[in-house]
Amino acid sequence: MTRRNPLDSRLLCGALGVAGLFCVMEAAGRAGLIDPLAFPLVSTVLGRAVALVTDGEFLSDVASTLGAWATGLLITVAVAVPAGLLLGSLPRVENALRPIVEFLRPIPSIALIPLALAVFSERFDMKVTLVVYAATWPVLINTMYGLKDVDPLAKETLRSFGFGKPAVLWRVSLPSTAPFIATGVRLASAIALIVAISTELIGGGADGIGSYVLESAGGVDATEYVIAAAMWAGVIGVVTNSLFVLAERRLFRWHTARTEVV
Amino acid sequence: MSGAVRVVNRLWPVVAVVALWELLTRYLEMLSFPPPSQIAASAYTMWLTGPAERLWLTEAALENIPTSVGRLLTGWVLAGVAGIALGVALGRSPLLFRLVDPLVQFARAIPPPMLLALFLALFAIGPRMQINFIAFGIVWPVLINACDGARHVDRQHLDTARVFGLTGRERLFRVILPSAMPKIFAGLRVSLSLALILMVLSELIGSTDGIGFQLLEAQRSYDFPGVWATIVVLGVLGYALNSAFLAAERRVLSWHRSAKQTT
Repeated sequence: MTRRNPLDSRLLCGALGVAGLFCVMEAAGRAGLIDPLAFPLVSTVLGRAVALVTDGEFLSDVASTLGAWATGLLITVAVAVPAGLLLGSLPRVENALRPIVEFLRPIPSIALIPLALAVFSERFDMKVTLVVYAATWPVLINTMYGLKDVDPLAKETLRSFGFGKPAVLWRVSLPSTAPFIATGVRLASAIALIVAISTELIGGGADGIGSYVLESAGGVDATEYVIAAAMWAGVIGVVTNSLFVLAERRLFRWHTARTEVV
Repeated sequence: MSGAVRVVNRLWPVVAVVALWELLTRYLEMLSFPPPSQIAASAYTMWLTGPAERLWLTEAALENIPTSVGRLLTGWVLAGVAGIALGVALGRSPLLFRLVDPLVQFARAIPPPMLLALFLALFAIGPRMQINFIAFGIVWPVLINACDGARHVDRQHLDTARVFGLTGRERLFRVILPSAMPKIFAGLRVSLSLALILMVLSELIGSTDGIGFQLLEAQRSYDFPGVWATIVVLGVLGYALNSAFLAAERRVLSWHRSAKQTT
């Protein structure tokens, strides 16, 4: 039996890497290499991050951001998937609408915030609308792209057995497009979080982690709060992304040619 | 002739939508939704009423657009260089990859807007803060793609290079980087569109010039045609950046497609 090198373990190495970075930064801060006033000590930030978990105000801000994020994402899926299926299966409509899509897509959603501020009186509606706008593109494009990838032989087979167009769409095209849609939704979820937080930062308003950062940025230990809040935002990002990846693996294990787009 | 027909065929829906939009906005008369003709007029006075020797560009156009694009591209190039260097290093060293992977996964999951306040605290308001913010926010797609590309270099290619006595440096530049190139380009493209978003965000919050700042000024003075005109300019900018990138990618990677076909 050969003894395994402990450094082969991913878990151990990862823990070592994180601990190493923390130690170096803590040492640099304590030795005065990094000014602790400009960039707080790691131990301070971690303490603050732990304290935030019991901070009711912070938790309700997180819940508010996630609420807008989830609502926006659900609406996006409900709108963009049927739209993508429609466009993908009707080439003439697609040709007609493609220039409009190509024109709208590159507009950075953040640029719409000043306009949305004037249009919406409710902050939540505004957030959700902007999230939907930004998240629609990856879902729509991936759905259309996935429809193009459907095996024509399978479609023809079903059609020759006398199935109509809707049946073919439901039984062949949709299942074989589903992995692409899932990838689109995963990409959209990251964008949705960015847009939701940006809206809170620019639009002000009372709730959301963006607003929390803005409010605490005026205080004495501002950086400490900002980094701790950013760390939790990172945790939310990791958790949501892993959930999507996990769901994709479970649901689409049969889909061998999984295309990874970062 | 057939070319003109094709252009008309392609663009009539756009014309129809704009016409419909014009009619609707004129009929509804909402302050925040000006008709497209008014937006076009506003864009014209904002950007294109300068003297002839400056190609009719106005002071505002010459000041804000190059400033913004400069910041965006500087941040993008910085992120590209750092992302490729770090990504290839991570991709080629399994130990380093295992050590740093959780940190990378975590850092890239932080939504960049959350870091804006941090960058504002670390750097003063100004281009240095914006460039650093953009570069940090967009480095991850390049880094992760470069790492992925460098990890999955064809074993045979590497062994062949070793047999022929290529040094480590030569292997890096002749085998590893070229074979990771398509992935790196995919990452660079994602980063470029993210860079535009972060540029606008950083100019809306931490800036005194640039297109984003002009957008904010228009909104503060309730100049809605101005707001719309700025949004259109940003859309055109995004479209232009993406098209330029795709053209460059086709050129750089054309060898790759032909090389792939033979195997």
